[in-house]
Amino acid sequence: MAYKLNVNGQSASVDAPSDMPLLWVLRDVLKLHGTKYGCGIGQCGACTVLLNGKAVRSCLTPISAVGAQSVTTIEGLSPDGNHPLQQAWEEVDVPQCGYCQAGQIMSAAALLAKNPKPADSDIDAAMNGNLCRCGTYLRIRHAVHRAAELGAGHKTSAPANQK
Amino acid sequence: MTPKQKPQMERRSFLRIAALAGGGVMFSLGTQRQAAAQGRGAPPPAPDAHNYIKVAGDGTVTIVAKNPELGQGVKTMLPMLIAEELDVPWKSVKIEQADFDDARFSGQSAGGSTATPSNWTPMRQVGAAGRQLFITAAAQTWNVPASECATSAGRVVHQSSNRSLGYGELASKVAALPEPDLAGIKLKDPSEYKIVGHTQPGVDVKAIVTGKAAFAIDTELPGMQYAVFEKCGVFGGTVASHNLDEIKKLPGVKTAFVVERPVITDAVLPGDPGLENGIAIVAETWWHAQSARNKLQVKWNEGPHATQNSAAFAQRADELSKQPPQRTIRNDGDAEGALKSAATVVEAAYSYPFIAHAPLEPQGATAHWKDGGMEIWTNSQIPGAGRRMVAQTLGIPEKDVHVHLVRGGGGFGRRLNNDYMVEAAYIAKQAGVPVKLLWAREDDMAHDYYRPGGFQYLKAGVDQSGKLVAWRNHFISYGEGERFVASGAMGPTEFPQRFVPNYALHSSVQPLGIRTGALRAPSSNAFAFVIQSFIDELAHAAKKDPIQFRMELLKAGDAPQQQAPPQGGRGGFAPPGMDAQRMMGVLQLVAEKSNWGKRSLPKGTGMGVAFHFSHRGYFAEVAQVSVDAASKIKIHKVWVAGDIGSQIINPGAAENLAQGGIIDGLSELMGQEITLEKGRVVQTNFHQHTMVRLAQAPPEIEVHFLKTTFPPTGLGEPALPPILPAVGNAVFAATGKRVRALPFSKSGFSWA
Repeated sequence: MAYKLNVNGQSASVDAPSDMPLLWVLRDVLKLHGTKYGCGIGQCGACTVLLNGKAVRSCLTPISAVGAQSVTTIEGLSPDGNHPLQQAWEEVDVPQCGYCQAGQIMSAAALLAKNPKPADSDIDAAMNGNLCRCGTYLRIRHAVHRAAELGAGHKTSAPANQK
Repeated sequence: MTPKQKPQMERRSFLRIAALAGGGVMFSLGTQRQAAAQGRGAPPPAPDAHNYIKVAGDGTVTIVAKNPELGQGVKTMLPMLIAEELDVPWKSVKIEQADFDDARFSGQSAGGSTATPSNWTPMRQVGAAGRQLFITAAAQTWNVPASECATSAGRVVHQSSNRSLGYGELASKVAALPEPDLAGIKLKDPSEYKIVGHTQPGVDVKAIVTGKAAFAIDTELPGMQYAVFEKCGVFGGTVASHNLDEIKKLPGVKTAFVVERPVITDAVLPGDPGLENGIAIVAETWWHAQSARNKLQVKWNEGPHATQNSAAFAQRADELSKQPPQRTIRNDGDAEGALKSAATVVEAAYSYPFIAHAPLEPQGATAHWKDGGMEIWTNSQIPGAGRRMVAQTLGIPEKDVHVHLVRGGGGFGRRLNNDYMVEAAYIAKQAGVPVKLLWAREDDMAHDYYRPGGFQYLKAGVDQSGKLVAWRNHFISYGEGERFVASGAMGPTEFPQRFVPNYALHSSVQPLGIRTGALRAPSSNAFAFVIQSFIDELAHAAKKDPIQFRMELLKAGDAPQQQAPPQGGRGGFAPPGMDAQRMMGVLQLVAEKSNWGKRSLPKGTGMGVAFHFSHRGYFAEVAQVSVDAASKIKIHKVWVAGDIGSQIINPGAAENLAQGGIIDGLSELMGQEITLEKGRVVQTNFHQHTMVRLAQAPPEIEVHFLKTTFPPTGLGEPALPPILPAVGNAVFAATGKRVRALPFSKSGFSWA
């Protein structure tokens, strides 16, 4: 099947089976490797991307369900890698292995877009679907708060191509 | 470049200096590298700055990171040591990941918390030798004594004449210099450190947060195809029949074939059997391969292991516990006699399950067979062993297997086995194109090298003064005769041996038909829970404060240490014996930091303590927890005190790693258990083998390091083991319930 996707603000034509999850379209067809595979059943959140600004598990999202919605991956979160979340993650030095962190950041991006000053409980609720096997949770929570602070003075805390 | 090799007077040392195009230089320290490369038994190659440091004519300094990076921070830490002594500004240094090359590097592996103790001195020497060479070159240029020259931020300075030269300007001169005498190279005093001891963010953080960091799963080659590999759920099963003729016709499928291998019949399975029987499907995307796999109809010859199940293991352990032990591993004094005369005797049965490593990046590797050689991209923790296995499996010389080290999405010991690397190589050779093999998470859960489960039947006695006088353990594990399965042994010096006058350690084993292996803090991750929980029982039986009881116990064994490491039981990572003074130090520190015994806690809240020595590290931990009426556990705070020697090389990363170890331990405590039914692993994915999530993690984990005069040691593992008993002991303090079986979920507990 032929699909036309809007990924990171660019249009992409893809020929793929209708049940192919967006994760594998991104990774194996469009060669956007920032989005990771961890479990394939929506348990770990490593594959989190934004669909029209909402965090979704791309491993459970068939390409046929994407339609004209804008897809934002970690590669498209900011043009220069300086989204407040990216800055905060660097500043707090969050990652250990780093494998889950793109998914963590995308979940946090969806959170901050609707709640620019989240409390700990908001962060817990929004980020609880993202596993970190290395256990960097304390730094993740810290970095989300830090991004909220940085976001106040930043021109965009939402994905560039969000509708 | 033109390498020169100059034998040194010292038997094992030589040095190479090589000019780089554009006026740069590389230099090297070495000892018997070639001897080591020629065969086993030779000493491992020594650090080789030729390969570690490159200074370009424009002054750009590149430092090579030799070890596999899987999140432990070694790609940042080892170059920090070199840069510190080379005296270059850290922010200006470029870091380059090395390929696997045992002719150029030594110790290119990740395991056993060994990178720090084995590289602390050599990596600093590499940098210091480089610095010395730049000083020599500058001194010659200015015709002044080298002793009048100093260095600062990548420049040699002659203060009295107010002259300076950058390393880049000196590089071409250095390339022509004789090597400095290694023995004479002076290392910095730690008070002069500008990089070491100061937090440096991970060198790949920017790449990670922008999605650019390449993990093994992200390897991309022109013309590459994607593979899955289906194996029998019962270990050792072989393919009886299949429908590959239909599979090959499915959309996107390029090829599919049966892999036939000799069946392993050993009673104690080898740690890493490499390539097993199965079916490979290669397709244009991973999804095509996986979709085709879902239509596979395979009948397996399941073999002799198809009847094993977890309930039978537990039943057999119970039977064995009632019989005379099969072996005695250690017998100091007269444990039986002392138990008869002890004032108070406590008896308890502990158990812990098999668990999976489940690093978040599933197993996989990319391989390309070309011109009779194999090129592989892998996140292996022990790529040398993987290369050897690939060569053996394909029947080619090791030199024809080239291994690239790619960042790994966690390791935790899983990637000490290279089964997936061999599979990728074999499939790529058959397919004749570059192939990326990727396991589904379900493959990972079903085909791990599990942390072995076990059972410990303990009996111990305290005298009227509350002193521990007898300890008897019937340790029930898996194996055959005198052989234990991998990571399933207990050594004769396991704590509290030498701290109690009458100590008996017996063992019995039962056969096992699944593979086992080292999981982060192997054996310690289970043993600490048993030993430190039981010690807590004894402290309460002796009516003593749990820290006071432990202090008295440690004092009882505070004798000079034998240098010989304990025998066996640690999968080759046997650390030297425990120094009681150092353990008392961290126990005292954690007592102070947690305000032990001085807090007034609400009902349903308790504090627990535990310590454990593993992988050369000393850790004592306190947890404060509350347990509600529904047995929901909330961990309010954890205090960690660790002694890993005189220097914390990268303090921020060390804190992160220690906190991660705590959270990892909490996952093991509450939610992780692999069970077998009909020879197959029951759990398939993270919903059944759970990890701590953000909201369940302790809001605070306070990490303190006690700096001592001992050389720095590793941190990947030793922070983990004490947290399980610390929480268990806190749950007891809060509720009066003693939990003796992991995971706690089996006893009705869950996270609040």
